[in-house]
Amino acid sequence: MRIPILYNARSVLQRPVSTAFTALGIGLVVAVFIAMLALANGFRVALTRTGSDNNVLVLRRGADSELSSGLGRDAASILASSPHVATGPDGRALASPEVYVLIPLTRLGDDTTALANVVVRGISQSAWDVRNNVRVLEGRRPESGRSEICVGRKIAPRFAHTGVGETLRFAGRDWTVVCHFSAGGSAFESEIWGENEQFMPVFRGEVFQSVSFRLADPAAFEEAKRSLEADKRLTVDVHRESSFYVEQSQLLGRILEILAFFITSIMAVGAVFGAVNTMYAAVQSRSPEIAVLLTLGFHPRSVLASFLVESALIAAVGGVIGGLLALQINGVVTSTTNWASFSEIAFSFMVTPGLLVAGMIFAVVMGLIGGFFPAWRAARLPVVQALR
Amino acid sequence: MKFLRLVLANLGRHKLRTLLTTASVALALFLFATLRTVVTTLESAAQFGSARRLVTTNATGIVFVLPLAYANKLRAVPGVEAVTWANWFGGRYGDGKRFFAQVAVDPESYLAMYPEISLPEDQKQAFLRERSSAIVGRRLLDVFGWRLGQDVTIQGTIFSGDWTFTIRGVYTPTDPVINDDMLLFRHDYLEERIGRPGIAGWYVLRIDKPDNAAVVAKTIDDQFRNSSSPSKTGTEQAFNASFATMWGNVSLLMGTIGMAVVFAILLVSANAMMMNARERTGEVAVLKTIGFSDRRLFGLVMLEAGVMTITGAVIGLGGAKLLYKATNFNAAGFLPGFDVTTRTLMIGAGVALLLMLGSGLVPAVRAARLPVVQALRRVE
Repeated sequence: MRIPILYNARSVLQRPVSTAFTALGIGLVVAVFIAMLALANGFRVALTRTGSDNNVLVLRRGADSELSSGLGRDAASILASSPHVATGPDGRALASPEVYVLIPLTRLGDDTTALANVVVRGISQSAWDVRNNVRVLEGRRPESGRSEICVGRKIAPRFAHTGVGETLRFAGRDWTVVCHFSAGGSAFESEIWGENEQFMPVFRGEVFQSVSFRLADPAAFEEAKRSLEADKRLTVDVHRESSFYVEQSQLLGRILEILAFFITSIMAVGAVFGAVNTMYAAVQSRSPEIAVLLTLGFHPRSVLASFLVESALIAAVGGVIGGLLALQINGVVTSTTNWASFSEIAFSFMVTPGLLVAGMIFAVVMGLIGGFFPAWRAARLPVVQALR
Repeated sequence: MKFLRLVLANLGRHKLRTLLTTASVALALFLFATLRTVVTTLESAAQFGSARRLVTTNATGIVFVLPLAYANKLRAVPGVEAVTWANWFGGRYGDGKRFFAQVAVDPESYLAMYPEISLPEDQKQAFLRERSSAIVGRRLLDVFGWRLGQDVTIQGTIFSGDWTFTIRGVYTPTDPVINDDMLLFRHDYLEERIGRPGIAGWYVLRIDKPDNAAVVAKTIDDQFRNSSSPSKTGTEQAFNASFATMWGNVSLLMGTIGMAVVFAILLVSANAMMMNARERTGEVAVLKTIGFSDRRLFGLVMLEAGVMTITGAVIGLGGAKLLYKATNFNAAGFLPGFDVTTRTLMIGAGVALLLMLGSGLVPAVRAARLPVVQALRRVE
């Protein structure tokens, strides 16, 4: 017969301080666990959302990032006239040959030496249609032929002179900020956009870094890739935009995850030790009670289960505490350099329901591991001795 | 100290509890030392740099190059003693999973500029003689199991194509902050292969007096201000620091996690100490009856907490120091010179003392204030 859980709940309340300490200890581990994975998750999601399945990114062959690529005007026009490129309502190709460079900007804050390499992307007018998740939030799109730029929503609050109407100076010229844009939480929100023809002369001269285009038939990516890479006039690699940006997140994403698991596994061992101590003390101080339970005819297995449940219960409370603590950082924006592209990327901590569940499971597992040996001892208690 | 035996005997009563608590403290301080060392390593990388070395880069941004012709102009600037240049290569080796830096350098002037890069004389001569040769850091050689004289092929991402270098030398940095995880090859080879565009990624200058740094830097930047490639000159330290700041607020992150770790373990050890004390209420009363003073009982409980936390600290901090030293850890090239500093060890010791106070205080005060008669009357 099973021992009612109420017994455990009441027993736990008999030792409030000890229980609270153990639960809080487990809670902190869970909080760090969720928070660090939320960081890695937020970073990955930002890059995952950057690419669209329907878009194609073309780089020079062998280039592993937009930064190291280079495509001439001839290549850009060959690509734009390819039959694989979708056309807009006005009949123009939905292709955007782009200039992609990094400029050093000083982060707002106390540390005036804190530099960040911010992406400046020179786009063609059709880029706004190629990337259909981009929305102008405030102001208007930069006009062709003018020194105007549009700043991503995530970086606008992090750097000086990026408000609409202000003037930002880089590459030896003054640029008027005419709008802020959002891009569905993607890495584009960490970029500064302007017209490619304006950026070309001030940066690297007559060369684009990439061409992005919308596929005429989203299912025909493989076909487009084959035909463009086989084109004798081009030396290019053709990437599906979505998988390209996902790949850009692998390096840092993996570092963050390894760090999360390294730190939390060490912390978890400490927390499990705490649970072991608490449960052993509980078993010891309740020896007579356990003996009575055994005398009454409860199977040792029930006693084992009962103490495991008790430990899991304490840990579950910890899990809830940890989850609540971690929820506080949900949405907090942070930034770092994505070393795969060497550029500044701002992103939000993202606590998902999945992470909360994972944290809860993690807590209960810690409780079960910590409770096992004490529960084992309780189940095998020599009855006569304990009753005496 | 004559009561140490009593304390040890008390700790020995719950061997498992003592062991687990000490181990938790050890783990916490190990983690603490690790996290702090990440921060100190980044800091020391940011502070590295000879006061007599300046770095000139393109003012527009890190991805832009400078004309090679600047070398002569820089040499002519008053106060500049020596000039060298280098270029980031950015290639992939094999599957590209293990990242390492490849840098094209002007061999003779670069090695002269960096005496910290120590290279056997015969290997240096070979590097100076052979155009397609390269020198690699000791660690890199070990990681890939390369040998001297071996050809390695790297795929260029910025400069496309397959590039084959012959390893002619293995350098060891005399300053741990210098990465022993790089492949250095000859800049003239790069120039030759890419059609002599005459480019340099950055220049490193040695100046006569550190005090002149600001003046020299201004002279240089003024000279190129209106050219097609304006320059930005600063101390080597500022150049290195700018890379460290790119991590963003990593030190805040590490610090916060470190605090959470320490606090979590404080809960564990405080809990253990309170359990110890609770079980021994009767004994404490007996000790008081036979004449132990309140103060002494306070000290005994504190000592008990101290033995656990200090032992844990020695194991955790010492373990961190030795482990990272023995394994020569550098986070795959991201954190060269990863070493637990003495300051970190001392702060760790301070944390251990805090843990002792935090976990021992409540039980110790309780023991000192215990009303004897009441405690003895309690039925155990």
